Amino acid sequence: MSPGNSTQKSIDPSFTALPYRRLAEAALSRAQDFNVSHADFRFERVRYQQIRVRDGHLQGAGDAEDLGFAVRVIHNGAWGFASGVVLTSESAIQVAEIAVRVAQVAGAMTREPVALAPEPIYDDVEWVSQYDIDPLEVPLSDKVELLCGWTGQLLDASGVSHSSAVLQQVVENKFYVDLAGTSTTQQRVRVDPQVEVFGVDEGSGRFDSMRTIAPPVGRGWEYLVGDGYDWDSALGELPGLLTEKLAAPSVDAGKYDLVIHPSNLWLTIHESIGHATELDRALGYEANYAGTSFATYDQLGKLQYGSPVMHVTGDRTVENGLATVGYDDEGVRTQTWDIVKNGVLVGYQLDRPMAHNMAGELNGGRSNGCAYADSPGHIPIQRMANVSLQPASGGPSTGDLVSGVERGIYIVGDKSWSIDMQRYNFQFTGQRFYRIENGRLAGQLRDVAYQATTTDFWGSMEAVGGPQTWVLGGAFNCGKAQPGQVASVSHGCPAALFRDVRVLNTTAEAGH
Amino acid sequence: MTAPTAQELVEHALKTSRADASVAIVRDSTSANLRWANNTLTTNGVMHRITVTVICFVGAGQGAASGSATGSAATFEQVTSLVEAADTSARQSAPAEDAAELVPGEAAKDWHEPPGHTSIDVFDGFAPALGEAFGSATAERRILYGFVDHDVTTTYLGSTTGLRLRHVQPTGHYGCTGKTVDLGSSAWVGGATRDFADVDATALDAELAQRLDWAERKVELPAGRYDTVLPPTAVADLLIYAYWSASAREAHEGQSVFSKPGGGLRVGERLSSKPVQLFSDPSYDGLQAAPFVVTATSDNETSVFDNGLPLARTHWIKDGALSSLVQTRHTSRMTGQPVTPGIDNLALSVDGAQSSMAELVGNVERGLLLTCLWYIRVVDPQTLLLTGITRDGVYQVENGEVTGAVNNFRFNESPVALLGRFSAASETVPSFSREWGDYFSRTATPALRVPDFNMSSVSKAN
Repeated sequence: MSPGNSTQKSIDPSFTALPYRRLAEAALSRAQDFNVSHADFRFERVRYQQIRVRDGHLQGAGDAEDLGFAVRVIHNGAWGFASGVVLTSESAIQVAEIAVRVAQVAGAMTREPVALAPEPIYDDVEWVSQYDIDPLEVPLSDKVELLCGWTGQLLDASGVSHSSAVLQQVVENKFYVDLAGTSTTQQRVRVDPQVEVFGVDEGSGRFDSMRTIAPPVGRGWEYLVGDGYDWDSALGELPGLLTEKLAAPSVDAGKYDLVIHPSNLWLTIHESIGHATELDRALGYEANYAGTSFATYDQLGKLQYGSPVMHVTGDRTVENGLATVGYDDEGVRTQTWDIVKNGVLVGYQLDRPMAHNMAGELNGGRSNGCAYADSPGHIPIQRMANVSLQPASGGPSTGDLVSGVERGIYIVGDKSWSIDMQRYNFQFTGQRFYRIENGRLAGQLRDVAYQATTTDFWGSMEAVGGPQTWVLGGAFNCGKAQPGQVASVSHGCPAALFRDVRVLNTTAEAGH
Repeated sequence: MTAPTAQELVEHALKTSRADASVAIVRDSTSANLRWANNTLTTNGVMHRITVTVICFVGAGQGAASGSATGSAATFEQVTSLVEAADTSARQSAPAEDAAELVPGEAAKDWHEPPGHTSIDVFDGFAPALGEAFGSATAERRILYGFVDHDVTTTYLGSTTGLRLRHVQPTGHYGCTGKTVDLGSSAWVGGATRDFADVDATALDAELAQRLDWAERKVELPAGRYDTVLPPTAVADLLIYAYWSASAREAHEGQSVFSKPGGGLRVGERLSSKPVQLFSDPSYDGLQAAPFVVTATSDNETSVFDNGLPLARTHWIKDGALSSLVQTRHTSRMTGQPVTPGIDNLALSVDGAQSSMAELVGNVERGLLLTCLWYIRVVDPQTLLLTGITRDGVYQVENGEVTGAVNNFRFNESPVALLGRFSAASETVPSFSREWGDYFSRTATPALRVPDFNMSSVSKAN
C-alpha cells in the first residue's frame, strides 16, 4: 500500500477497467526477446478540464484526455523509447519493437552505457492522493456558476473594469511495470483556481491588475467550496487592493530590505534553488535547453548557498503537494531529503540513471524518486520534487519581520519571473508591494522588480519566519526538456527577511 | 480488425452527435527525436498520437452554447465517449458570448488522402554524422549538447455544415550548444527544417568551433545601453512575444501595449518611422502553415465557432503602423475591426533592407553582437517591457570585427519600442527562436541593429 499517505479514495474503476495489464505483458514479453537489460511499460490516462470566465460570462470550457502507453528499454547500453495510443496487444508489441529499433539507432551515438541504480521491488502496489471530491465529477454547470458569480460580483465593484477567472483541474492515473517485477497503479488530483481584476486610472490611462494569491494544490473541488481556502476574503479584498495599486506612487530604484511573503517567495525558491539543484542540469543534460546550474557537483558539501538560517528540503511526500506521489515513473518509492542545510549545498534531485552514475555518493546510491513524464507520449526525465524552505521553530511572525525593517518593501504574490540558464541572475516582480517605513507598512508602491544573484540573495536572508507563516505554494506549469514537458510542483516556505536587495523601477527600465 | 481512418473518426463523431451542430477535428501525429549531452546520446523517442476533438453546439445563432472534449482516440467507441462529453458540456453551458453561424463549406480535394508520417529514419543522414561530430568534438576539446525533432501532424476538420478540410504540417527543428571543456565558453546554432534533408551535423559542429574560437578572448563589460546587433534568432525571440500579446480583445479592454490610453485600439498608429512590415501568411514559402482556423476551445484570441474559417496573409504592422490585431469574429464585432485570426507563422521585413547580418556587424564601430535570448517574460504589459537573458555567446564588435566574447547580461526591453528605435536592418531570412522555437518554429526575420539596447545587469552565467 502507500508510503504513509492516505488511500481513502480508491483508483477510479474506469481506469482499472482499461487493458493495461494485457498490453504490458505483450510489450515486455516482446522486449525480452531482444535481450534487453531493462524494460518498463507505462500506461497513463490524464484528464484535464479548463474553464475560462470573464466578466460573469463563460468564455470557454474544454475537456481533454491524454490516453496511451510507452515502452522504454535499455538495449546494449542505449535507451530506446516509443509510445502508442492504439490499445491492442498487437500495437503494444509493435511499440516495443520500435523502442528496441530506436535503441539500436541510438547505440551508435551512445558513448556512455546507461544503467539504473537498484531499487527494491514493489509488487502490485496502489497509491491515491488526498482529496475529498473529484473535480471532474462535479457538473460543469456548478463550476461555471461559481466562477461566473465570482467575476460578476467583482465586476460590480468600484474601480474594476474587467474580471476573469481560470480554473484548471487534472486527474492523473498511471500504471507502471518493469521487468524487475515492480508494478504500481496510482491516482493524483490537483486544481488551480485563479481570479484577477483589471482597472484603469482615469487620469493617466494607466492600467493594472490584481490577482488572487491562492496556491494551486493537490486537492479536489473541496478547495473551492469547502474549508480549504477563504475565498470570500480573498475575493472581497481584490477591488480595494487594485484601486490602491493604481493610485500608488512609483518606487524609487535602489537598495531595500525586503520582507517576502510565501506567495512570492515560492517562485524564487523554484527558480533559484529547485532548478539549480536538479542533478541533470548540474551534469549538463539540459545545457541545450533549460540550462545548467552554478551548483555543480564538485561543490557538494562546500557551496555556501545562503545564510546559516537556510534549510531547504526536497520531498515528494508532503500532503497536498503537487509533486507528491507514492512511486515515481521509474518505480522508485518517494522520499524526503535535505538539499541545503545551514546554508550549505548538501543534496540534489535524482533519477535512477544519475544515482547509478554517482557511484553511491548521493542518497546511498539510490534514486530519490524524481523521475516523471508528463504524458504517455513522453520519456521520464528528472523533474522537480517539492523543494521547500523550512521555517524557524518558534520563529517570528510576518509582523515581527516587518518591524525589524527601517526602510524596505513587503512583497506579496507572484507575477513576472526570469532567471539565467545557470540560475545566477534573476528578476522577479509581484502582485503588490508595500513600503516599509520604520517597521510599519506605509501603503502600496508600484513598478517594483527585485534583481539579484542567487547566492547573494540567499546569503542576505537574515531571518525566516516561524511555522505560523509557512504556506505551500506552487505552479502547474514548470517547463523542462526537449520535447518539452510540463510538471506541477509545490514549494513551501515561511515569510523571510532579506537585507539590501537591488530594486528596479520597471517604468524607468522601459525608458520612460 | 483494421483501425478506423481519421476521416472515418470525423464522420463517426458528426453522425453520432445529437447536438444541433458539431465540429470534429482529428490530429494524427508522428514524431521522432534525438537528444544528446556531453558528446553522447541521452534520450530519444518515436511517438504516435491520434487526438480527437469534438465540439457540440446546442441552440442556434447568437443563442448557441458550445461544449468541447478532446482526447486520445483510435476507435469509434472512444470517439463516441468524446461526443457524449462534448454534448453534455454544451447542454450544461449558457449561450456562448462568441456564438456565430458555423463556417459553411464542402470537402476539399485532398480530404480522402491518408495522414503524413515520420519515423526515426528521418535522421538516417543526420545520425551517423552526429556520431562523427561527437568524435571530432571530443578530440578537439569541445562538448556538444543538443536536440533534433521531427513531427508530421495531419489535421482533419469536419463539421455538420459539410466542411471537410485536411492539412499536413511537417515541423522540424535542430539546435546544438557547444562548450569548451572547461565550460568557460558557450555557443549555439539552431534552425527549423521541414524534412532534415538540409541539416548537416558536421557543419553545425564547425560553426560552433568557429564561435568558440571567437570566445578565446574574454572581455568583461558592465551593465548599460549598448549599440547591439540582434541576429534573426533574437529578433524572433522578441517579436513572437509581441505577436502573442496582440490580442484585439485585451487591447480593446485596455489591457495591452496596443491599447490607447483611456480606451480603444492603437490600430493605425505609427509604431516605427521605418517601412516595417510584420505579417503572417499561411502560404509563405518554407513556412507554410494551416490555411484555416483550427481550435478546440474559445478564449480571448480564438473561437470554436470559427473552426474552418479561411486564413490569408495578414499584416499586423504595415509600413510601420499598427494594422491589425488577432481577432475572432466575436471580437471583430466588439472592436469594429476586420476578422483577422491568428496564423501559425510570423515574418518581419523592412522595405529596402538587403544587406546581410555580417554587413550590419561590419558597420558597428563599437558594440555587441548577440546569439540569442532566453527566459523572456513580461514585466509590464503597459509597454510590453520584457526581461530576459543573453545566452550562448555575446560578442564584442570593434571597427566592424568580432574581437572577443563578453559576459552575459539581463536585458529589460520592449519589442514594440525597439521597432521604433532600431537603426539598421538586414534582409529577412528564415529564423528560429531559441526560446519559443520548439513551439513556434515558423519565423522569418532580419537582424536588427539597436543603438541603445538596455542591458540592465551582468549575469555570471556562461
